[in-house]
Amino acid sequence: MSRNRTAVGLALLLTVGVGVFASSTQQREAHRASRTEGLAAWEQVRSVLVHPRCINCHTAVEYPQQGDARRRHFGNVVRGPDGHGVPGLQCGTCHQESNADSTGVPGSHNWHLAPLSMAWQDRNDKLLSSAAICRALTDRRRNHNMDGPALVKHNAEDTLVGWAWEPGRDIQGIPRTLPPLSRAEFAEATRRWVEAGMPCPQK
Amino acid sequence: MATYELTVNGRKQAVTADPGTPLLWVLRDELKMIGTKYGCGIAACGACTVHVGGVATRSCVVPVSLIGNRPIVTIEAIDQDPVGRAVQDAWVSHDVVQCGYCQSGQIMSAVALLNGNPKPTDKNIEESMGGNICRCGTYVRIREAIKMAAQQLA
Repeated sequence: MSRNRTAVGLALLLTVGVGVFASSTQQREAHRASRTEGLAAWEQVRSVLVHPRCINCHTAVEYPQQGDARRRHFGNVVRGPDGHGVPGLQCGTCHQESNADSTGVPGSHNWHLAPLSMAWQDRNDKLLSSAAICRALTDRRRNHNMDGPALVKHNAEDTLVGWAWEPGRDIQGIPRTLPPLSRAEFAEATRRWVEAGMPCPQK
Repeated sequence: MATYELTVNGRKQAVTADPGTPLLWVLRDELKMIGTKYGCGIAACGACTVHVGGVATRSCVVPVSLIGNRPIVTIEAIDQDPVGRAVQDAWVSHDVVQCGYCQSGQIMSAVALLNGNPKPTDKNIEESMGGNICRCGTYVRIREAIKMAAQQLA
């Protein structure tokens, strides 16, 4: 009787053990899949971040860039202490609340440069690696303390971010180029990346 | 065409213009205020600088439809402002002007600089005035006049 009880107990333990092992393997598989999907979503997000409509104001130097060639902004424009230029030569000296298509000057609410902590290029205007941009974006000491949901909201709703999809016409009347994803696709890719735990590539 | 009510140098004025018309041409052609100059037409020289809502603004690239209710101040009224008066006095003291074409824009930018930074360094002056070009090369006198105005206002 006692021997039977021991055998049943051992069988039960074995079943539970196998179950736990299988469950943790599944979790690892799910985690791996989630990370893979998250990294794929990140690459979609990144494809927008490095488009000139976005990265021209995410410089590591004292000036913004302009145009698809990402050349230095003309007119000796400088970043200033808060990214809005300097007294007498502020961003608002030319950039208004909306695009001025009759003169080719782009505009949106609160036109300004991103802080240096959110530079996505080096001081030679060369793009940072995907991993480095991802680290900048996920570091709350550098990104205005934004967590995952805040990043989704920022990418989905911020007015100045949204300008990238309504950039107006240049001085020749030619429409400015758009990022590779629509705003809705960009927001959705950000949401999938955040839900996957905001994974960053190794390099 | 649309009608806009602008506040220019403290006076409300109604103008009728195409919404895309740059403020510069509304000032010069409609309101006959020709102190503000046309230089390049692409915000690259600063000759057309006026103040819109207190911000030095290149009037050649800002359409009249985007002004809204922000007050406009031009070179014609800058002497009514203590900073503007000090800058103009310093300009005269240092005999800054040569041909003079860019100077109304230079003065408007200098006033905006001193309003935002009453004690500018040489670097501050270079950065703030860097978008105002002077073909006569009066930059050294401009810098000295700005410093003198800052001292007068201190």
